[in-house]
Amino acid sequence: MLPPLDSGPTIEAMYEKDGQRYFVVDGHIHFWDARPSNQANRYGEGYINCFYDYHRNLSPESEMWSLEEFWKQSEERILHDLFEVGHVDKAIFQPTYLTDFFVNGFDTTEQDGALAEKHPDRFIVNGSWDPRDGEAGLDRLETLAQRWNLKGVKLYTAEWKGGSKGWKLTDPWSYRYLERCEELGVRNIHIHKGPTVYPLNRDAFDVADVDEVASAFPGLRFIVEHVGLPRLEDFCWIATQEPNVYGGLAVAMPFIHSRPRYFAQIVGELLYWIGEDRITFASDYAIWTPRWLVEKFVDFQIPADMTEYPELTTERKKKILGLNMAALYDIPVPALDAVPA
Amino acid sequence: MTTALWDALGTVVDPELDQPVTDLGFVSEAVVTAGHAHVRLRLPTYFCAPNFAYLMVADAYDAVRAMPSVTTVDVGLEDHFAAAEINAGVAAAAGFAGSFPDGGDLAELRLTFQRKAYLASLDRLLVFSGATSTIAQVPPSPALDALLSRRATLGLDCSPDSPLLLDEHGKEMTPLRLRHARSVRLSIDGNAGFCRGLLRTRYGEC
Repeated sequence: MLPPLDSGPTIEAMYEKDGQRYFVVDGHIHFWDARPSNQANRYGEGYINCFYDYHRNLSPESEMWSLEEFWKQSEERILHDLFEVGHVDKAIFQPTYLTDFFVNGFDTTEQDGALAEKHPDRFIVNGSWDPRDGEAGLDRLETLAQRWNLKGVKLYTAEWKGGSKGWKLTDPWSYRYLERCEELGVRNIHIHKGPTVYPLNRDAFDVADVDEVASAFPGLRFIVEHVGLPRLEDFCWIATQEPNVYGGLAVAMPFIHSRPRYFAQIVGELLYWIGEDRITFASDYAIWTPRWLVEKFVDFQIPADMTEYPELTTERKKKILGLNMAALYDIPVPALDAVPA
Repeated sequence: MTTALWDALGTVVDPELDQPVTDLGFVSEAVVTAGHAHVRLRLPTYFCAPNFAYLMVADAYDAVRAMPSVTTVDVGLEDHFAAAEINAGVAAAAGFAGSFPDGGDLAELRLTFQRKAYLASLDRLLVFSGATSTIAQVPPSPALDALLSRRATLGLDCSPDSPLLLDEHGKEMTPLRLRHARSVRLSIDGNAGFCRGLLRTRYGEC
């Protein structure tokens, strides 16, 4: 077990509204390169176009980018979108390698780490692993963990690898990697359930494997990205039984604009099934930008006619926007007392 | 586009969304000329799960092939990363396993989503007409018809005296399972809304 890591100096909370302060941790961001020059094949092109349709479909008109802007963001733009105008205090990179689709990878730990090292007070870098890499991958995980002081990893079970059709957390080699994570103090396991890029007869979104490993590794925290969407109901069902399973709101957040009643149902269901302490905010930058998500969330209320749901109070919003993720990553949080008049 | 062909395609549902592909906007071309049916399907994204896509293409093929006025069938999926394999597999009646070696068959997957569709239809009915103890006590409605057809698909008891609150395995429901049925409905309805939106983004208003 490594000694606890220094999480950097305490920073002032930025977003204030109606006399309240909010410390915002964006739990899921990217620094990707999807330019045509980096696309390895039609899958890479299809992948970024799919993301771009998500962006176009769920963003407010004023926040819509051109496809060229969407391909890659500069360092300046990221700092601007997240921290200058985006109300974010700390952001966590979630790498997504996809090396079969993109020549240099879509978004690797090294790409993210280069930016994080220049701005250590702003970014946290997560790593990644793939159980299909076997013994050599275990060594690489250890090197990666030491190089970047990892506290978390992002896993993408749908990733194509040669002839393989994706993998499950319950695969024997996956257990080896999870054991190694525990030894290395990499306790935050972010899981992305996505459609497999090769046809499978089973449901690629199925979260049953999370249930099993969450029980087997009570010392790890399993953050299911996109709160299990499109299987919100399965996610809620397993998460309510496993205290170390969390729901990340990436991709769910932007419905707050385009379909606020659906967003209210998502948040309401999560509050009902897993409670206010295990829900975490994320923009999924650069699919969406955080400014409007944060502002709309702080102003949001579950409609009065949805009486089966608990109230989305200011305290709950503070937990979801930042305090819950800060606890998982030992991020120091400044006092969030009411703003002096 | 002939009405009979459209009606035949209307029997094909998206297994995840439990709605006809014709309502979802997934049918972009459908025409019968001199006994030859030409059908094109499209989906909200390039990476929509290929197993569900296969089921829709295969079901569309079977539905059109069963029409008395049709002698030859050409059903094709477009703008999808696995379109070539799916179309060739369906046309050759190879089955999913034949089209994708090591793919297995899709019966279990289909069953999983038939169960979800049933749970969602139960919650929809409860919102519409409230809980009763038996089927016979439920006032007739399209929601009741939807529930009974999904029960029948699963081989569950559809008799008038059968309990209304049966789970997807035919057991009486606990309050927690009943609450889960609500989550299933919200999830399916939410996904359907997102898929419709993405289809509009991809292809424009139709």
